[in-house]
Amino acid sequence: MKAKHQRLWLVVGALTALGGAGVLAFSTLGEKATYFYAPSDLAKGPAPTDAIRLGGMVEKGSIQRDGETIRFVVTDMAKTVPVTYTGILPDLFREGQGVIAEGKIDPATGRFTAETILAKHDEKYMPPEVAGAMKKTGAVSTGG
Amino acid sequence: MHRYANPTRFLKIARVVTPIVALLGMALTAAGLWIGLFASPPDYQQGESVRIMYVHVPAAWLGAGGYMSLAIASATALIWRHPLATIAARAIAPAGAAFTAICLISGSLWGKPTWGTYWVWDARLTSMLILLFLYLGYLALSASEAEKGGEARASSILALVGVINLPIIKYSVEWWNTLHQGSSISVVNASSKIAPALLTPLLLSVAGFSFLFAAIVLMRMRAMLAQQRVDARSRRMAEALA
Repeated sequence: MKAKHQRLWLVVGALTALGGAGVLAFSTLGEKATYFYAPSDLAKGPAPTDAIRLGGMVEKGSIQRDGETIRFVVTDMAKTVPVTYTGILPDLFREGQGVIAEGKIDPATGRFTAETILAKHDEKYMPPEVAGAMKKTGAVSTGG
Repeated sequence: MHRYANPTRFLKIARVVTPIVALLGMALTAAGLWIGLFASPPDYQQGESVRIMYVHVPAAWLGAGGYMSLAIASATALIWRHPLATIAARAIAPAGAAFTAICLISGSLWGKPTWGTYWVWDARLTSMLILLFLYLGYLALSASEAEKGGEARASSILALVGVINLPIIKYSVEWWNTLHQGSSISVVNASSKIAPALLTPLLLSVAGFSFLFAAIVLMRMRAMLAQQRVDARSRRMAEALA
């Protein structure tokens, strides 16, 4: 009985210590584990010179096509960043939808030149008829 | 708990329960996947590729849930030294690893048409890959311990240490910006961001996969207990002959 309790407390104590170590490790890791920066994150500090990922929504009505090249604006509803990209877009790239662009920001103009574009999907799933009905009532934005 | 932890009593109950659980699992999975793959509408954004969700989400939940049960069984084995707990842990691990692999593969196949990439190193995808590695590490370590015939101490400790990954998987989409979308279903608010027509097959296949998982674990536990008896009997026979 005694040894059993000793082992129980040992396991509880070890797990508590492990949990504490995990919390400390991840609070230090913090922003570094983030997959992309929002336009507001970029606005906080000086423009980074190395390659980064920029994420947000494709602003409605901002898409301009010029042959293979596309220009659009990424917004997080607070700040915006203009983006230029040349290449093939994923199917889900649409106005009003999430997007992640990998590339560099020009510190002089603030324009982001993307090497890769990924479409971000949100957590809402519904049939097209439902989306159509909700669009009519203005409950959801369906983008394109 | 000790009442049911007696291997003989466990075998008696498991013999009755296993076929029921297996049949329930097959029926619910068949219903969920049939509705999901053929008799439900496509998604307004993703189109037909939303159907991958009916395999991906149950596999993800069981990969993580299976690890939680692996850890509970390992803690029981470490603290109470119960032989059935070690057998349960060793029965759970390969099933959990398989479901985690199914989750990663199906997610990758969904990612290509939806995101435009098979894989990114964001927090959710990376932590799920680490879960698979934890399972594989556990399997390797417990196999070597089983070979030596000792207690499953090192593998149980490994299983417990890995528990720290579970909240990281769950909250990765909230703590950090990730390419992977946030949770659609909340147990706390009992709310869902999935339309009922798509949610019904999803919940059916989650239930079906869960019963199948339980059936696999019960079958493996029964086989492992039978193997132990065979080993013990052949040892006794060898001693009698000598």
